[in-house]
Amino acid sequence: MHAFRQILRIEARLYLRDLPTLLTIVGLPTMILVVLGLIPSLREPDPNFDGQNFVNYFAPSLLVVTLAMVGVNTMPMALATYRERGVLRRLATTPAHPGALLAAQLVVALAAILASALLLIIVGRLAFGVPLPEHPLGFALAFVLGTAALLALGLLVAAVARTTKAAQALAVPLFLLTMFFGGVYLPRFLLPDAVARIGDYTPPGVQALLDAWTGPSPQPLHLAIMAVIAVTAGAGAAKLFRWE
Amino acid sequence: MPVIEVTHLKKRYGDLVAVDDVSLTVEAGEIFGVLGPNGAGKTTTVECVAGLRVPDGGGVSVLGLDPRRDAAQLRQRVGVQLQESQLPDRLRVAEALELYASFYRNPADPAALIDKLGLGEKRNTAYKKLSGGQKQRLSIALALVGNPEIAILDELTTGLDPQARRDTWGLIEQVRDSGVTIVLVTHFMEEAERLCDRIAVIDRGRVVALDTPTGLVSAVAPEQRVRFRPSAPVDDRLLTDLPEVSDVRRTGGQVVVTGTGDLLHAVTSVLARHQIVAADLRLEQSTLDDAFVELTGHRPVD
Ligand SMILES: Nc1ncnc2c1ncn2[C@@H]1O[C@H](COP(=O)(O)OP(=O)(O)OP(=O)(O)O)[C@@H](O)[C@H]1O
Ligand SMILES: [Mg+2]
Repeated sequence: MHAFRQILRIEARLYLRDLPTLLTIVGLPTMILVVLGLIPSLREPDPNFDGQNFVNYFAPSLLVVTLAMVGVNTMPMALATYRERGVLRRLATTPAHPGALLAAQLVVALAAILASALLLIIVGRLAFGVPLPEHPLGFALAFVLGTAALLALGLLVAAVARTTKAAQALAVPLFLLTMFFGGVYLPRFLLPDAVARIGDYTPPGVQALLDAWTGPSPQPLHLAIMAVIAVTAGAGAAKLFRWE
Repeated sequence: MPVIEVTHLKKRYGDLVAVDDVSLTVEAGEIFGVLGPNGAGKTTTVECVAGLRVPDGGGVSVLGLDPRRDAAQLRQRVGVQLQESQLPDRLRVAEALELYASFYRNPADPAALIDKLGLGEKRNTAYKKLSGGQKQRLSIALALVGNPEIAILDELTTGLDPQARRDTWGLIEQVRDSGVTIVLVTHFMEEAERLCDRIAVIDRGRVVALDTPTGLVSAVAPEQRVRFRPSAPVDDRLLTDLPEVSDVRRTGGQVVVTGTGDLLHAVTSVLARHQIVAADLRLEQSTLDDAFVELTGHRPVD
């Protein structure tokens, strides 16, 4: 436990030290929100979005940006690099378990995701009147399960990839798919209905986020699917993960 | 008292037999060298000792414990420097040492260790900005920061310049003098000769010789040669009668005497008794290099 705290402290410091990456991860969604929010027509209520404006409708998709970057990209790449460079192995020779480093990576990834979401919600609220999530509990649940599902997928990538290159080869398409189905590249109302419905069930489950944010409450099925993905991918990763 | 006992160790990677049959014991307080050509199985052997690899056969005991079963205890007591392992790019020297120190019950003082390894000016430098030799020294420091009873150092001075290499040898001797047993995997004959109390030469997964450096040399290539230019004619019989001498030749004005044992002393005393002065006297001995080539059929890399 003591070793874990020390490792976490160092990992957090290393995370903060990589400023460009940190700013992108935490700030990019909010930056896009600000750019879109400055366009007046996007702040007009629109029947396409049940009478909400585009900015409100698009905010959950912006959450997906950071989730995808961290969950299936930076986090698994960091782990794959640590393994390839023997950092995990070296740790295995000390009284600290390399698992502590993996856990620390997860904690800093979570912290970055959380910071990015909070920044987005707060700036959206203050600058453009995006309402706070209607259903805070449901939103928290959808967010936690969606994040868990993506991080678990990321861990699976780190587990099955033997090299950093292989991890990259898996992470990039996964990232693009997550972004696409999350409605980041094309807002979901422009996607064919079938594609948008698939997006309901691909992590992090953007429909559940949207429902909890602007609508009534997330659908249990959407949440359950995220939980299943999180558990399955997580178990697979735990089984397949190699420290060297 | 042996602190490490390896008996009939065997380790395969798929079809490849990396370690075929290695047995050795390391005594408390000695510097034990592991020498051998590339791919001989040195790293695999010491990684089995360090508990990083599971042997396919044979036994390993370290400080009377089992490297796998008693891993938690041994990690406090054994420091390991791996041949290929790096640190995160942005981690700084002092941070790395302080972090590793925090894992141990009785760590060394990181700041003192940094100075001892000549990294004082680099304490706030990121890992990625260190030179190869500085990275190597940091890696050695990490192996020592837990105040281990045994330090396993794989490729101690690879990548260091000659001065840094000598400094590191000095450091290793200091560490040994403080009572630490050291297992040293190396490619450098000079290093093995200078530092090691005993050396195991491993070739193709087997121990082909295990002795002190001088023992290895005299067992494998015991011949020595004494050359000199006599001030007066010498009767060959004078020399061939000596038990140490096996052969006497003349080339030009030089006499070349081949033999074993304390050849130089035998030759010079008999010459002195006959009031012959030996000019340009030179002793040529086999070196560990010669012994290594003889034992493994490989030129040592250097
Ligand atoms: N993880 C591994 N998987 C498969 N084969 C391996 C692995 N590690 C080592 N080997 C093979 O086992 C043999 C022994 O390797 P080892 O690293 O023990 O040699 P070494 O004596 O340390 O060599 P070097 O002097 O080059 O460091 C080599 O043929 C090597 O290719
Ligand atoms: Mg090796």
